[in-house]
Amino acid sequence: MSTTQTFRRGDLGRIDRTTLLQFTFNGETLVGHPGDTLASALLAHGIHQTGASIRLGRPRGIGAAWAEDPGSLVQVEEPFPEPMLLASTLELFDGLVAHGIPGQGRLADVPDSAHYDRSHLHVDVLVVGSGPAGLVAALTAARTGARVALVDEQAEAGGALLSSRELLDGAPALEWVAGVVAELQSFTDVTHLQRTTAFGVYDDGFVLAVERRTDHLGTSAPKNVSRQRVWRIRAEHVVVATGAHERPVVFADNDRPGVVLANSARTYLNRYGVVPGSRAVVFSTNDSAYGAAFDLAAQIPVTVVDARPAVSPTLLDRSRVAGVEVLVGSFVRGTVGVERVEAALVVGQVGDRELPCDLLLVSGGWNPAVHLFSQARGKLRFDAVLGAFVPDGEVRGMSVVGSARGTFTLAGVLTEGRDAAITALTNLGLDLAAPATLPEPPHEPAAASPALLWRVEGPAEYQFVDVQRDATVADVQRAVGAGLRSPEHVKRYTTIGTAHDQGKTSGILTSGILAELLGAGPDAVGTTTFRPPYTPVAFATLAGRDRGQLFDPVRTTAVHDWHVAAGAVFEDVGQWKRPRFYPMPGEDMEAAVLRECAAARTSVGILDGSTLGKIDVSGPDAGEFLDRMYTNLMSSLAVGKARYGVMCGADGMVIDDGTVLRLADDRFLVYTTTGGAAKILDWMEEWLQTEWPTLGVYLTSVTEQFCTFPVVGPRSRDVIGAVFGIDASAEAFGFMTWVDVEFEGVPVRLARISFSGELAWEVNVPSWYARSVWERLLEAGQEFGITPYGTETMHVLRAEKGYPIIGQDTDGTVTPQDLGLGWAVSKKKPDFVGKRSFSRPENLRADRQQFIGLLPVDGVTVLPEGSQIVDLVEELPAPPVPMLGHVTSSYRSAFLGRPFALALVKGGRARVGEQLSVPVGGRLVTVEVTSSVLVDPEGARRDG
Amino acid sequence: MQLIECPWCGPREEVEFHYGGQAHVAYPEVPAELSDAEWARYLFFRDNPKGSFAERWSHSAGCRRWFNAVRDTVTYQFQTVYRVGERP
Repeated sequence: MSTTQTFRRGDLGRIDRTTLLQFTFNGETLVGHPGDTLASALLAHGIHQTGASIRLGRPRGIGAAWAEDPGSLVQVEEPFPEPMLLASTLELFDGLVAHGIPGQGRLADVPDSAHYDRSHLHVDVLVVGSGPAGLVAALTAARTGARVALVDEQAEAGGALLSSRELLDGAPALEWVAGVVAELQSFTDVTHLQRTTAFGVYDDGFVLAVERRTDHLGTSAPKNVSRQRVWRIRAEHVVVATGAHERPVVFADNDRPGVVLANSARTYLNRYGVVPGSRAVVFSTNDSAYGAAFDLAAQIPVTVVDARPAVSPTLLDRSRVAGVEVLVGSFVRGTVGVERVEAALVVGQVGDRELPCDLLLVSGGWNPAVHLFSQARGKLRFDAVLGAFVPDGEVRGMSVVGSARGTFTLAGVLTEGRDAAITALTNLGLDLAAPATLPEPPHEPAAASPALLWRVEGPAEYQFVDVQRDATVADVQRAVGAGLRSPEHVKRYTTIGTAHDQGKTSGILTSGILAELLGAGPDAVGTTTFRPPYTPVAFATLAGRDRGQLFDPVRTTAVHDWHVAAGAVFEDVGQWKRPRFYPMPGEDMEAAVLRECAAARTSVGILDGSTLGKIDVSGPDAGEFLDRMYTNLMSSLAVGKARYGVMCGADGMVIDDGTVLRLADDRFLVYTTTGGAAKILDWMEEWLQTEWPTLGVYLTSVTEQFCTFPVVGPRSRDVIGAVFGIDASAEAFGFMTWVDVEFEGVPVRLARISFSGELAWEVNVPSWYARSVWERLLEAGQEFGITPYGTETMHVLRAEKGYPIIGQDTDGTVTPQDLGLGWAVSKKKPDFVGKRSFSRPENLRADRQQFIGLLPVDGVTVLPEGSQIVDLVEELPAPPVPMLGHVTSSYRSAFLGRPFALALVKGGRARVGEQLSVPVGGRLVTVEVTSSVLVDPEGARRDG
Repeated sequence: MQLIECPWCGPREEVEFHYGGQAHVAYPEVPAELSDAEWARYLFFRDNPKGSFAERWSHSAGCRRWFNAVRDTVTYQFQTVYRVGERP
């Protein structure tokens, strides 16, 4: 175990040196402190390389101190396997086990035991970023009494102030930060969340943020706290104070471990007390890198290579004092080393030089973090002085402040934060109490202009633009050679910007290099579009609680437990769990269904049909309304009677069917298909509200209030008569009539309706009492061998009678006439939804697909549903083969003793008696076209 | 996700709503009197403008009421909402 943190320095940094954390990286046991990231702890041990690159296998290491780091991808193994995390954003904890990866990690093969959740937050002002600009904005807003949220992705507030040694009001800036945070805490309507990344901006001030609640606690994370939380924030105004990312310069072999962004090195030193090397070269195009050089120079030898022909006398003076050698008009053109940079190859005013170093710091300027602004469809413009894209104009409900908008002086950043808050609060009509007093930064000498430098001349194939994708300047050149001009196209051609970091450092470089290659300005070339998420978010986090049992609601009927106890095999019908069949020991589905079908046709069966949609249609105009919705006449239905009805869209295509019971003059009970329950209620509401608002009709879903049990078969009369003590004879209880009875104090509605062609009753009972009535029916049917059957048998029984299932036998292109249901279409009514369409020429064509039956002549083949149907042929001709239609339902029939099918076939009814061919798995099955009604066409069975 | 103003409930999240196509396409008074072409126009033809568009929306996971809205098809922004029977 290595406990020597050779590169830890003095008392610098915000780490807790009194506590030692032990962790394992690449098999080696190491130590660090609370406040460290994995990257800072590795650097304390002198470790830069973390893994290797995905395509070329070149060594890769820590390249920055936060999310813009393109290099330090690691796989965490303990406490829970997680791929593709950045060492530079992974907070260190005791017991962490991680290793570097070759560009790609490995998903856990065990279920994640942590849980994730989401929370909603509604605020007047959301401030993203708790750097100086964000803190001032949040405090100004909070003091008005506004509802404020302040989110920031780091472990503590302060932003860039955490990395520097700035003074505010003559004291360390972090003292000012602590004061603001403490004041914010005193407001009840302020939500201040650190470790929280606003990763997506959507419409109307909707922002998604992910809070890492227990990640940093590692193995000691409490089990009762969600690990991560998605905050769904709706803000009247969003202040984007997200700072800026330092940009590298591209040169040969710029991908070696030890090549780090200049100000990230400053962060490692000042925030984590780690000096990330023993000899540094700083390659810069601007003044900002000098801050890093000066801070580091107190620890190690530092040489600055400045691309500008001259730098300001002030900087040269300060460099001299700090002991920093400055080479102006010089460039780093390449590096020496393999697993770690060993020297920088410098060209320029002083000639060719090889500067030994184990740390090569790079600064090509700063890219404002405009991601959230751009996601909100904010336009960007190229600022030639900064060499970066900055917000252009405004986006409603959003302001961008501080370095995110290209302002880099501390005084400017603070002022912008306060002013943006004042403007937003005024627009919201909030009373400005006392805007935050701006702390006084020390006088900063005006920064000299940076040089605009995207790349240094050199071998393009070793100049890495996107080190995660191993994509080089040569790749960009190839893209241009292939004729690509847009950065969006170049991105897809080269894969630049498509990796884990989504081009945080490589995106702008690509625009710049592309512009050079095209001889245009970066302003003309533009950037790729910024899309959420800003940083990767785990799917588990987004899923939150919507996993397993809670993924989707499961609907069960009141008799569900009985079905489970009876060993039913269930199928999902929408959200419903429905028994598909009830296998006896040793039975497969085919055997069980044949047995269940036989029972229903020869004795008695019972089905749980409670999932059928039920809509109570009440009101003085209920009859008139149903006349307009159904193809047939409903207003003429007598109380006590039931009628089958078909519903069409305005285009005349069938959308649902079912029976309608008239309960009273002004009240009907409409049954819909299981799948159509919600859809038909919506459909009826739409017509009522938008076309016929004057009709007095009220619609109520009663699907879940009533259970429906079809009792089916020749002996159903005995069961119904015995249980309910009524005369169930055909004379006393006619087909398509209903009566209300009482069963041991429970109201029960019996309706003689048949979806099987057999003598049958539907027993309707309030769901609360359904189970006892169900059991009583089974008990009474015992002497006849009453057989519970599932949806599979229900399908076979109805198919044998040619009853279509809307949505299985139809597909939205089928009229009632196509289905052979012309008898259910009223000729008397002047209009109803769909009527006008029936006379459209398209719907009168003789070759429309019509609903018919098919009998495979071999008597054994069960045609696969969906099979195509063609003319009778010996073998298939060369394509294209004209298709006549397709098989919509296909089953084995116990009653017929052979398989049969239902199908839609062109001009089908005129083909009854003809033979056709159905290609099935490489052979042709000959089928005979029949009527769709294969069992009891004369309807003799329905009266028992 | 947009915030949509239901004229009955106030601003609610977009997921609570259902889109219903172009507004003010009335069901013809007497469909039987229409020619096939006129009926086909009612059935199948809708405007698709760039810019302001009057649309039907339903607050399907809320009060379940239909209402109308004028929305900009370029920016998606709702310009106004109004109840059935009203004019913008």
